[in-house]
Amino acid sequence: MTSSQQKEKLVVIGNGMAGMRTVEEILSRDADKYEITVFGAEPRENYNRIMLSPVLSGEKSFDDIIINTREWYVENDITLFVGDAVTAINADDKTVSSARGITLPYDKLLIATGSDPFIIPVPGTDLEGVVTFRDLDDVNRMLEAAKSGGSAVVIGGGLLGLEAAVGLKANGMDVTVVHLMDTLMERQLDEAAGYLLASELESRGLEVFTGANTQSILGDGKVSGLQLDDGRTIAADLVVMAVGIKPNVTLAKQAGLEIGRGVMVNDQMQTSNPDIYAVGECVEHRGATYGLVAPLFEMGKVLADHLTSGEDVAYEGSVTSTKLKVTGVDVFSAGDFSGGDGAQDIVFRDASRGVYKRIVVRDDKIEGAVLYGDAADGAWYFQLMKDGADISELRDTIVFGQAYAGGVHADPSAAVAALADDAEICGCNGVCKGDIVTAITEHGLTSLEEVKAHTKASASCGGCSGLVEQLLAVTLGDAYQAQTVKPMCGCTAHSHDDVRHLITAKGMTSIPEVMQELEWSTPDGCSSCRPALNYYLLCAYPGEYQDDNQSRFINERVHGNIQKDGTFSVVPRMWGGMTSANELRAIADVVDKYEIPAVKVTGGQRIDLFGVEKKDLPGVWADLNAAGMVSGHAYGKALRTVKTCAGSTWCRFGTQDAINMGIALEEMSWGSWMPHKFKMAVSGCPRNCAEATIKDFGVISVDSGYELHVGGNGGITVRVTDYLCTVETEEEVLEYSAAFIQLYREEARYLERTAPWVERVGLDHVKTYIVDDANSRKALAARFHEAQMVLQEDPWAERAQGTKDAHEFTPLKIVA
Amino acid sequence: MWMEIGNINDIPKLGARVVESAAGDIAVFRTADDEIFALYDSCPHNGAALSQGIVHGKAVACPLHNWNIDLVSGDVLGPDNGCSRTVPVSVNDEGTIRLQMPEVKATGTNG
Repeated sequence: MTSSQQKEKLVVIGNGMAGMRTVEEILSRDADKYEITVFGAEPRENYNRIMLSPVLSGEKSFDDIIINTREWYVENDITLFVGDAVTAINADDKTVSSARGITLPYDKLLIATGSDPFIIPVPGTDLEGVVTFRDLDDVNRMLEAAKSGGSAVVIGGGLLGLEAAVGLKANGMDVTVVHLMDTLMERQLDEAAGYLLASELESRGLEVFTGANTQSILGDGKVSGLQLDDGRTIAADLVVMAVGIKPNVTLAKQAGLEIGRGVMVNDQMQTSNPDIYAVGECVEHRGATYGLVAPLFEMGKVLADHLTSGEDVAYEGSVTSTKLKVTGVDVFSAGDFSGGDGAQDIVFRDASRGVYKRIVVRDDKIEGAVLYGDAADGAWYFQLMKDGADISELRDTIVFGQAYAGGVHADPSAAVAALADDAEICGCNGVCKGDIVTAITEHGLTSLEEVKAHTKASASCGGCSGLVEQLLAVTLGDAYQAQTVKPMCGCTAHSHDDVRHLITAKGMTSIPEVMQELEWSTPDGCSSCRPALNYYLLCAYPGEYQDDNQSRFINERVHGNIQKDGTFSVVPRMWGGMTSANELRAIADVVDKYEIPAVKVTGGQRIDLFGVEKKDLPGVWADLNAAGMVSGHAYGKALRTVKTCAGSTWCRFGTQDAINMGIALEEMSWGSWMPHKFKMAVSGCPRNCAEATIKDFGVISVDSGYELHVGGNGGITVRVTDYLCTVETEEEVLEYSAAFIQLYREEARYLERTAPWVERVGLDHVKTYIVDDANSRKALAARFHEAQMVLQEDPWAERAQGTKDAHEFTPLKIVA
Repeated sequence: MWMEIGNINDIPKLGARVVESAAGDIAVFRTADDEIFALYDSCPHNGAALSQGIVHGKAVACPLHNWNIDLVSGDVLGPDNGCSRTVPVSVNDEGTIRLQMPEVKATGTNG
């Protein structure tokens, strides 16, 4: 182990994606070579800047896009100064000075200052309400402005501008895009694709002005609008400047480094001073500057090789491709598609699907590609283009994509299997198929998350997640099947977790809205997704969401269990398994009156009446209600029973009052809708006669209080509970159970019981929210009680009185 | 024989009601687009009441084992085989629904 005295000092200016990726690459090669110090001007950890658009649109949170946490810096022995910008490089004595007055010596210096937004030189750019789209502070300013609604103008119809526009629209603002050129994203798209994109954005309610030159920004102190040079004015409460970026060269210039459009570097990313390097958007290399993430990462790899092994590896420039990160708009472009002499266009259009593809071919090689509406084959075209592959054999079918190349059937896995080892899967991070397959086999990886962690594939924009999953499938064969993130059902490509997340992120409040926004492939879903969506919305908006009865299974629709002969079973609630002569008498009378053929005691300590005709249900309920009984929800994805033993009231071994504890739990949680059925039990001593260790939530009384157990069930796969913790008082039992139920309600997938849920997320996860953090526990319990305010109404009572769903219990007509 | 059996508003959207007849129960379905279909209220699988299922698109999912039945043809959709007998329906501008009631002794089996 090298001591720090012997280590060379590496100072990094810039805590962004390029600088930190270079540091990561250095650490992965030789973690002990440098003593590393990082200065970041932004007051926060290093995050994935290209994912700011989803943060703006609400699809992701800031936490989702953090790349390296502060713990990471500590673990890797890196000194980090956040919110402290370097103000000077003193190249002569090899030190840097910061705004907060820190001066540090370096042996090697890395400039990764990135770029600044380009501000167009017109009057009014300093008005309040004029923002750029560069960092999290900009996003927060936009979100703040969007709170009061109003209208926004985005200047610039390129990648960033359009992502900002769509994000602001998602936040409820009226948005106009003002673009100088005639075609949106003209550097990436041709006219036809630009037109399709403009139409799509207009159909989403955005205004698009192309060929529009901003003359001035209007306003007195605060922005009020925009004046175009053709005389038009557009009202605006917010103006977002997204016309482009310029390399940030201020420090480098002041240090006397050679500057072109950016900081000039050679193929080893070395500036004109041999101890000073630069990577990322701030550099100019072989005449090119870059504003995309993939080249930055390629530079980082080369520089890390150079700084650790001294090898003369060379960065030779990057061929880039782009994707627009707007949900539901599939756009890909790469290379040169200006056409011209000797270039041939292969074009495919499908107006009804809104698909446009154009492949530009010269001398049997792909020179450029533009895909709109279906960009699945983008990576394939890009690879062919980078390889300079001869495509004359593929020419006839190339526009249909890889699945059709060479007459192979349309099987995406086969297409992925056929890729060469050096085919690039993740464009952002430059990860090839071979890297991923090797990582999967060497480290025994089985999930997308693990591949992401080991190789960084799909860790940036996530666009290649599908390909990575197919690689997992191809590499692992059947072993992978169980791990796949499955769509909710055949109606959508989204998983349960995605849909749930998007419901709250986008504030969707009804089933039709979810289906519309998330592009369901069926008009009104199916019997699998509708009940799930109904539950997710019910859970997300307690009291506000209008329960959709037609999206519930028959049992929950009519509050009884359908039996194989079409009759129903009726189970009244018996609190904590207690009943009385009155209740038993009423049950006996109901059995006689409605000639109910079978009466059975259930495993959950209550009584089940089998064979009730549907039309008799309201009458049966009315009689049971009259004796003070309510629905036992034996038919629902809901709280079923709370089983108890005799407890200290009667039993000579009992240590606590199990019966009253059980009744209190049941009174607190009855009526609640859940992802699946939920059973509880309370045992009065460790002999555990109530079998609490195979329940969703089990309580076992001990001398000092109550042991809490979670995640058990009987059923096909018996699972014994996990021990959660021990608490002292009855109040704590109630609080912990309310919090556990609510965490389960909010996190589990529909029809997932607590046992598989706890196994999936891990007991530690549950403990983090329920045991370790009292605030989180109390907040969860409070949300549960809030939901219960509206859910604790006996569903039998309204129906017994005929005030609700009468149509369910009477035939439309009886024809003699 | 065509017979008036009720109004479209008597049936919830994406729901069903039953007409009890001497020839057996008939399930009358209403889709999201207010189309009305009628089938014998019996799943070809083992006779469960289709009227109790979840209606989606132009299909109903049987409440017992989730077989999906096409409301237009009565055919079972997907991997399973079978057919529920359809009953001709008409709906006029006022939303009045009429069924062509089957002769009581017409056939003994479905299909």
